[in-house]
Amino acid sequence: MVVAVAIIRMRDLFATIMLAGLYGLLSASFFVTMDAVDVAFTEAAVGAGISTLLMLVAITMTGRSENTARHKPLLALVVVIITGALLIYGTLDMPFFGFKDAPIHSHVASRYINNSNQEIGIPNIVTSVLASYRAFDTFGEVVVIFTAGIGVLTLLAFVRCASTNEESDEIGSYNDLMHKQHLVVRIVTKMLIPFILLFALYVQFHGDFGPGGGFQAGVIFSAAIILYTMLFGLKTARRVINQGFIQLIAATGVLLFASVGVVSMLNGGEFLDYNVLSSSPIAGQHLGILVIEWGVGCTVASVMIIIFFSFADRIEMQKSIKKHNKKNKESTSC
Amino acid sequence: MLVGLFNNWIVILLMMIGLYIVIAHGNLIKKIVGLTILQTSVFIFYISMAKVEGGTAPILDSKIILYSNPLPHALILTAIVVGIATMALGLALVVRIKEAYGSVEEEDIQRQDNLLSPEKKKGKQT
Repeated sequence: MVVAVAIIRMRDLFATIMLAGLYGLLSASFFVTMDAVDVAFTEAAVGAGISTLLMLVAITMTGRSENTARHKPLLALVVVIITGALLIYGTLDMPFFGFKDAPIHSHVASRYINNSNQEIGIPNIVTSVLASYRAFDTFGEVVVIFTAGIGVLTLLAFVRCASTNEESDEIGSYNDLMHKQHLVVRIVTKMLIPFILLFALYVQFHGDFGPGGGFQAGVIFSAAIILYTMLFGLKTARRVINQGFIQLIAATGVLLFASVGVVSMLNGGEFLDYNVLSSSPIAGQHLGILVIEWGVGCTVASVMIIIFFSFADRIEMQKSIKKHNKKNKESTSC
Repeated sequence: MLVGLFNNWIVILLMMIGLYIVIAHGNLIKKIVGLTILQTSVFIFYISMAKVEGGTAPILDSKIILYSNPLPHALILTAIVVGIATMALGLALVVRIKEAYGSVEEEDIQRQDNLLSPEKKKGKQT
């Protein structure tokens, strides 16, 4: 892992981003060996998949070469070395790796492990911690994701100009050209996408029993849609999923989460207390976790798709502006 | 005796590499990559803390007695997804900066700012 990171100090941004993807995949496999299967799942989909993709989309707009000059590398190095040395000095008091009686394992964690089976009734402890014991945190995080989606939308959104008729034809023909070139990729993808979507749904609903849950499922689902968009062009993808619909879903996910909390309050419990949702506490927990995971999945998937769409939109807009400029120049020169 | 702390040292090494990239590189995209590395090092720190020697993944089964700590897993799981959402926000900002300044190098932006700042103030007032 250190090797992968050490090469990241390359000049070419494209190589850097590819290495960052590799780094994500490596850390995912590290998480598996550390028994954190849920986390590994997420990291593999996010670190190696979507973040690499977003970075690539961003460098198509910002250019891929980096300025060679660095400012004050020596000072930076000194600061970094001093900080690192202090941190290493701090680790001398840390408990050893894998030590069973470390302080971190002695407070609430043992309660989660010992009691979650009776209290929540689902085998995956991570899911029960995430969706039931710490549902407040998760709710906050879902709201953060939603807000980030809105932020990207406000930063990159633009008003579509009406005179795009001939241009859309041009883009369409450009896409056709690309499709002929990538025939194999396109067909293989077409066969793969249903399975990816199905797998995302499996991860979504099997999260109670095995590794999985709303966050992972959302990311995988959006990865499938993004794959489709990359191969068939933004125009086609927009016809399948339009912007308003996907924004609606993002908002619905957050609302669903919050309304579960409100419903449990109306039933006489506290906010996000699932015990009162159904006749028996365990059935209530099951129901609550299922609905909440669904809300999380909806929000995460649609926010990721929104983010990707806004980036892709921006690229097309820049292209069309360039074309306009060229045309204007030609007409003036004539 | 100190071998037991090696996981912390790897984390610190990764963290410092990330920090170095953030400080020393002028390119904004590179800075975001650096931040991602820093972020991942914190994830690794949490996950390696959660590991228990001889334990398994925290999915209940009647045959297993010892589990790893599920709490950091739940925290990091959400942190990863939040991390990518905020990273996308950062990239969106970079794209807008590129459109406004025509560059993503910190020094270019600074230079343009210094040149333009008196005129901009005038423009805002009018």
